[in-house]
Amino acid sequence: MTAEHVSPSKLLRPLSPLDGWQAAFDALPNVVAVTEIAFMAQLNLRVDPSGPAAGAVAKVLGSALPTQPCSSTRSGEYQLLWLGPDEWLILAPEGAGPELETALREAIGGEPGAVTDVSAQRTTLALSGCASRELLAKGCSIDLHPKVSPMGTCVQTLVAQTGIIIVARDETASDFLLVVRASFAQYFAAWLIDAGVELTGAC
Amino acid sequence: MQLISCPWCGPREEAEYHYGGQAHVAYPHDVGAMSDADWADYLFFRDNPRGPFAERWVHAAGCRRWFNAVRDTGTHEVLAVYRIGEPQPELGTQASR
Ligand SMILES: [Zn+2]
Repeated sequence: MTAEHVSPSKLLRPLSPLDGWQAAFDALPNVVAVTEIAFMAQLNLRVDPSGPAAGAVAKVLGSALPTQPCSSTRSGEYQLLWLGPDEWLILAPEGAGPELETALREAIGGEPGAVTDVSAQRTTLALSGCASRELLAKGCSIDLHPKVSPMGTCVQTLVAQTGIIIVARDETASDFLLVVRASFAQYFAAWLIDAGVELTGAC
Repeated sequence: MQLISCPWCGPREEAEYHYGGQAHVAYPHDVGAMSDADWADYLFFRDNPRGPFAERWVHAAGCRRWFNAVRDTGTHEVLAVYRIGEPQPELGTQASR
């Protein structure tokens, strides 16, 4: 027995689904860049967009919920992703989940609606670089050209047979947020690396 | 791959959808009063036409919403899609979205 006691919380650290993958992402040709944004707070929100709760929720989020299918809205540190006509995914900074969950639940009050912390359900990848669209096109049929998918576009679709939420984050459609189920993250990361290896040269 | 239009998300690959059988089959009002034959008819029997057929589909890999579609079972052409609660479009007067 040593006299010194080390708290388990100092020995343990959270492990993201893609812990240890960054070196492989960094080895990709420099026309793409992939980085995991781990531990983002993610809340699934169900509410009637035409009911009184939607307005109360908008006050908490600082922005109205996007009601256009396949779109998203940025509001300060929050990203509001349209998942369905009465369903959204709220992305918030790491650790912001519990407080936001409580605030949203209070805003909904007795109206029909639900807030669920689903932070552990998915992880997120930032994909950027001039060959981003070319890379995604290898496994995805959605036209991500900015003429069709302008900034803010948020599509739920299949990429390499895996359910992915793609958010277009800039005007030139070369910067994407990819949201993937934790249990599919390693498969998807391996697919990204395999698909990206043959991207060579300049754009 | 065949494209099917989701009434919410627009045209997507067929692989994003799952099929849900015949549309507009209402749950019986008074199950207890039904004869076994009528109950069996409700449970197990569906139309099986060659030609336009109103069906339920779900956009499983997208918005995960159920909707209705009229599909030609002979050609696989999707003639119309419409949201749950919307009336079945008159064929020939309304093109698919
Ligand atoms: Zn859809």
